[in-house]
Amino acid sequence: MNDGARLAAADRSARVRHADRAARFVADAGQTDWHDAVLWRIRGKRDAAAGRVEGWERLRALASEIKEHTLSRLDEYLAAFEEAATANGAQVHWAADADAHNRIVRDVLRARGVRRVVKSKSMLTEECGLNPYLEARGFEVVDTDLGERIVQLREEPPSHLVAPAIHVRKEEIAALFHEKLGTPADADDPRLLAAAMREDLRARFLAADAAITGVNFAVASTGALVLVTNEGNADLGAHLAPAHIACMGIEKLIPKPEHLGVFLRLLARSATGQPLSVYTSYFCRPPPGRELHIVLVDNGRSRRLAQPDFRAALKCIRCGACLNTCPVYRRSGGHSYGATPSGPIGAILAPGMDMKRYASLPFASSLCGSCSDVCPVKIDIHAQLHRWRQVAAREGYVAWPKRWGMRVAGWIVRSPRRYRLAGRLARAWLRHAPRRLRYGSWNAWGRARELPRVPDRSFGEWYAAERGKK
Amino acid sequence: MKVGLFAPCYIDQFYPQAAVATLELLERLGCDVAYPRGQTCCGQPMANAGCAPAAEAAHRHVAACFEGFDYVVGPSGSCVLHLREHVEGAPDARYYELCQFLVEVLQVERLDAAFACRVGLHASCHGLRGLRLARASERQEPPFDYVAYLLDMVDGVERVPLDRPDECCGFGGMFAIEEEAVSVRMGADRLADHLRQRVEVITGTDMSCLMHLEGLIRRRNLPLRVLHVAEILNGSGEARNG
Ligand code: SF4
Repeated sequence: MNDGARLAAADRSARVRHADRAARFVADAGQTDWHDAVLWRIRGKRDAAAGRVEGWERLRALASEIKEHTLSRLDEYLAAFEEAATANGAQVHWAADADAHNRIVRDVLRARGVRRVVKSKSMLTEECGLNPYLEARGFEVVDTDLGERIVQLREEPPSHLVAPAIHVRKEEIAALFHEKLGTPADADDPRLLAAAMREDLRARFLAADAAITGVNFAVASTGALVLVTNEGNADLGAHLAPAHIACMGIEKLIPKPEHLGVFLRLLARSATGQPLSVYTSYFCRPPPGRELHIVLVDNGRSRRLAQPDFRAALKCIRCGACLNTCPVYRRSGGHSYGATPSGPIGAILAPGMDMKRYASLPFASSLCGSCSDVCPVKIDIHAQLHRWRQVAAREGYVAWPKRWGMRVAGWIVRSPRRYRLAGRLARAWLRHAPRRLRYGSWNAWGRARELPRVPDRSFGEWYAAERGKK
Repeated sequence: MKVGLFAPCYIDQFYPQAAVATLELLERLGCDVAYPRGQTCCGQPMANAGCAPAAEAAHRHVAACFEGFDYVVGPSGSCVLHLREHVEGAPDARYYELCQFLVEVLQVERLDAAFACRVGLHASCHGLRGLRLARASERQEPPFDYVAYLLDMVDGVERVPLDRPDECCGFGGMFAIEEEAVSVRMGADRLADHLRQRVEVITGTDMSCLMHLEGLIRRRNLPLRVLHVAEILNGSGEARNG
């Protein structure tokens, strides 16, 4: 294990303190400006693209209903999918959790004597930690999506669902490519850098014995897989290599091919503002002499399916729009969430996987609700954040000063007399206490903000004096 | 029409002028308004902190205070949204944020008020996306904006368009403290937008967002002021102008 991987492993077991990580990101004002601006631009493109589709809001509602229907009969659709895919000549595997998924992939690779694998962007394999698993067992795994490859070379997780290296600056990429690919030290022309990567990857594509891809949609009635990319890397990998292993969460199903139209119209527009991604590929049966393996992964999904408060998160089509619109994500960076995916959708998925580690994520939101309004499948993200907060507190993951503070507040406001007294005391204190007390180190509000100027009379006191006789 | 005036705790204690303006405005528009003196807090801070059980007594208390009123109107979108959405049992549709009440229930078409100023409207998220006081910029539907509609009835108000008309200011209750760095940065970004447009007064439906922005304005000595929209609509903003 190298240092980066060791750090990452240690990091995986610790609690994620989103606020601390976010504060470190925000401390670099220039980086925050730039990160915010880049993502806001994508959000703007999304708005424009959505605006050009007549009935966009109806389309979202339809997509949401199709997904809800599919989830309500997921067992039936999964069985139908397996049957159809098997009839097409694919081999279908079932994985209960991340570990089972990784073992299945390893076994398929071993059975074929594979050493070199090319991978195209798959958040699921990221969720399962497939890369470190395979690397530790002697396989060479190369991510072939440009952004994904950049974070792989940097030995860090992706920071964004569809733009994994969005946090990396051009100059950093230039330095990285100089070190890893031998580009000239001062070359930071994006076209030149991309060409160097393309050349490097081309050789790896040709040498690969197997290709691993994710799946965007799986059609239950036909057993087909649909994959969208902008770089064509999934196609190149899957068509060149003798074996194609497609890994998907069980929530990726849609009932019929005609439903694809609904989702494809939404997906790219929501993600990047493109009407369609550059490549939309439909994989049905393996070419003669080749193998197609489909790994269906549960990893907590059926548990979530049984939680009415949180099951809607399974509708997610991983477009990333909720990240782009999130005012917190744009200013805190994807790594502040310590989870894949990051951002609002990550903040409602991760606590369901590991509350101890991710209890801070539901609080990493001002509950502005923009995520829910932008989501193409209408997931009630901000409402789920609110509900995850309740779960976190119930399970003891809210620090005691806050828990007790809230109890005391609840006790005070139960009685008008206690409330008025507390109000008078608070106002008197704000007015008369010396500034260094009011702005002591305990006061996080006052670090960068003034406390409100307090009035002589509360509204209640004003009302009693001015209107009391009426 | 019997209207109960709901003055959320932080307005009651820190910003009474917003509640006074709400009361006067509703009265001038012909409502029979009463302020139940025993009211305290709606329970939102506890629920948003994840401690919903600590809010239950507050919910019962609010319900008892406002028994018998046809409508309950408050100058805070956030608290009204809480009472509509997060109280156990059937949602109580009598609760209204002031502007929504003026437009949807009273169907106000004219206001007798003046306020000569360049005004930047801060669209607070809970009013915007929770109560739908305006079309959020994410949504592909015909634009509307209750607060802007009302502000435009006030003589002299020059409403200034912003680069990001409905981005969150970063207040978010406990968020402002727990995620202090991001919260402050979000607020500073909002202020920069208003400053770029040479706004003089930032107004909105939620004094809590404005309290956060005002905290930054005063610390940084920026040439901006905040005013609750009720004060402008009531014409009481003019008196405090300058
Ligand atoms: S939650 Fe919605 S907006 Fe966010 S990535 Fe998933 S589908 Fe896209």
